[in-house]
Amino acid sequence: MSWLNAMIDRLRYRSVPPPEDRSRMRAVANNLVLHLHPTRVPAPALRFSRTWGLGGISALLSVLLIATGVLLMFRYDASIERAYPAVQAMETVIPFGSLLRGIHHWAGNLLMITVVLHMVRVFASGGFRGERRMNWVVGLGMLVLVLTFNFTGYLLPWDQLAFWAITVGTGLLIYVPLVGQAISDFLLGGPEVAQSALRNFYALHVALLPVVLIFGLSYHFWRVRKDGGVTIPPQSEQVTKLTTIPHLVTAELGVALITLAGLVIFAMAVPAPLEALANAAHPPNPAKAAWYFLGVQELLMHMHPLAALSLAASGLLGLAVLPLWDRDTSDEGVYFRSQTGRRAGMIGAALAIVLTPLLVLVDELWLDLPTLLAPISTLISNGLLPLLLTLGGLAGIYAGLRGALRARHSEALVGLFSFVMVALVVLTAVGIWFRGPNMALVWPF
Amino acid sequence: MAKNTPQPKKDAPAGTTVSRRDFLALGAGALGLVGLLQTGGMALQFLAPRRVDGEFGGVVSAGPAESFPPGSVTEFPDGRFFLARAADGGFLAVSRRCTHLGCAVSWHAADEQFACPCHGSHFDLIGDVQNPPAPRALDTYPITVRDGALLVDTAQAQQRDSFAPEQLVYV
Repeated sequence: MSWLNAMIDRLRYRSVPPPEDRSRMRAVANNLVLHLHPTRVPAPALRFSRTWGLGGISALLSVLLIATGVLLMFRYDASIERAYPAVQAMETVIPFGSLLRGIHHWAGNLLMITVVLHMVRVFASGGFRGERRMNWVVGLGMLVLVLTFNFTGYLLPWDQLAFWAITVGTGLLIYVPLVGQAISDFLLGGPEVAQSALRNFYALHVALLPVVLIFGLSYHFWRVRKDGGVTIPPQSEQVTKLTTIPHLVTAELGVALITLAGLVIFAMAVPAPLEALANAAHPPNPAKAAWYFLGVQELLMHMHPLAALSLAASGLLGLAVLPLWDRDTSDEGVYFRSQTGRRAGMIGAALAIVLTPLLVLVDELWLDLPTLLAPISTLISNGLLPLLLTLGGLAGIYAGLRGALRARHSEALVGLFSFVMVALVVLTAVGIWFRGPNMALVWPF
Repeated sequence: MAKNTPQPKKDAPAGTTVSRRDFLALGAGALGLVGLLQTGGMALQFLAPRRVDGEFGGVVSAGPAESFPPGSVTEFPDGRFFLARAADGGFLAVSRRCTHLGCAVSWHAADEQFACPCHGSHFDLIGDVQNPPAPRALDTYPITVRDGALLVDTAQAQQRDSFAPEQLVYV
């Protein structure tokens, strides 16, 4: 049937690709793994700054996590008597146990970072609109999945860090109105973090979530190709298409090798943390959630849990409806939409860097709303009021950018997005480094 | 699914007749739905939390009342509570679970307060909030007195907004 392929090629392409290109294209089409790629890719989509390799790195880390995770399973026991000794054995007597656990631990943490950066990149290049909107939502789901993976994996070493982070994390769930307590009891298999919780989290972490991940990733990849590949700006002239072998594959191989080498070196230098055996009577001081939840934990220091949860939920909801909220495809593929959009993004980031620490300090040291408005319920003075103030502030930033910069809707959204993301990073940094014993503000240097 | 939902036939009078084919399709769909609900219900019941007798959740014997001086706080780690005795001699079994996010509070005798290390909440001897973010006083467990000894039932924590004198139990 090669004559038929050749005829189709002649119809599809202005000139028939040279013979070596054709064999390379066939190699891609006939290989299960390579077939995730198209046979040829537009040259502008191959530039590193189009993707920063973030989706690819995330996929590589997922594969690495499955490989190392399966190995760890052979030496682990999901029982509160044996889990901690098993992890201790990995750290001390099992050959390469510490290294494998380190790679698994740091790959999971790095994945959290790369998927968020991947989302930021897709947002910045406008790759969530039009037919790509479905994949944006799928990707957001995968982000939540990675978060769930990290959360469930966090409990498994059964040390102090694990026990109290999960206690605090599920304590947060209880504030969800009506169903919160039931969901928390169901997840933990009882009223407190104990054997049932460890067993439940283990089953989720090694069985249910990986299946969802594999199906989700496959769908995500398939969708990327269905939707026309990486977003590129409209081109004035005919785009040259380059064959996937060698142009894309060598670049991917390079990024993969650098990531792997960096990760292994890091895991050798910094072993995964393991604290004392979990003790339900004595939380460490300060007791902190996992670092990727410290932004939310910091919010909890300043407002009622219901308000902090609502704020987090509105952020997630805003991201989910973004494809409907911003449908202007005229600037597709242009980073930050335009010069104005770029400026809006810078202003948003600068505002967040100045305002967030300022608000943290003011609320911590001077402002005590519940005492100031004493007769009013704390649900309003410490919940509704800060929530409305925050949402009002965000609306103010949007309106300010529209007015002062004469920014279009989608350019002002860049500023809003950049404010929210940078504020989250600042809050996370405050939670990681600036909270000491009794969660009081401290200066770490 | 859209294909299976019966549409009223254009030639049939609206809302009066359903063709045999549509009726069977509807029935099969309904049966499928019932089956799905059953499977879901089975999975949920299979996974539901189970309470085991003899673990935390039973009745804890705290001992004779006179062994606790007024104004003292004694921890019962297995029962997850503190036995607090107010200055006037009344007893209160205070849960150690912080009402904010569930960390374990500890008693600091020097400051006369329960402190939660996770988010900095403080409570006084009778469990009232001295320092937020905790939204309400520490939970309590019911105390019964038998032959001068105190029995604390840890099956169900009692929630309260703040301390009230009738919560105290006297021997």
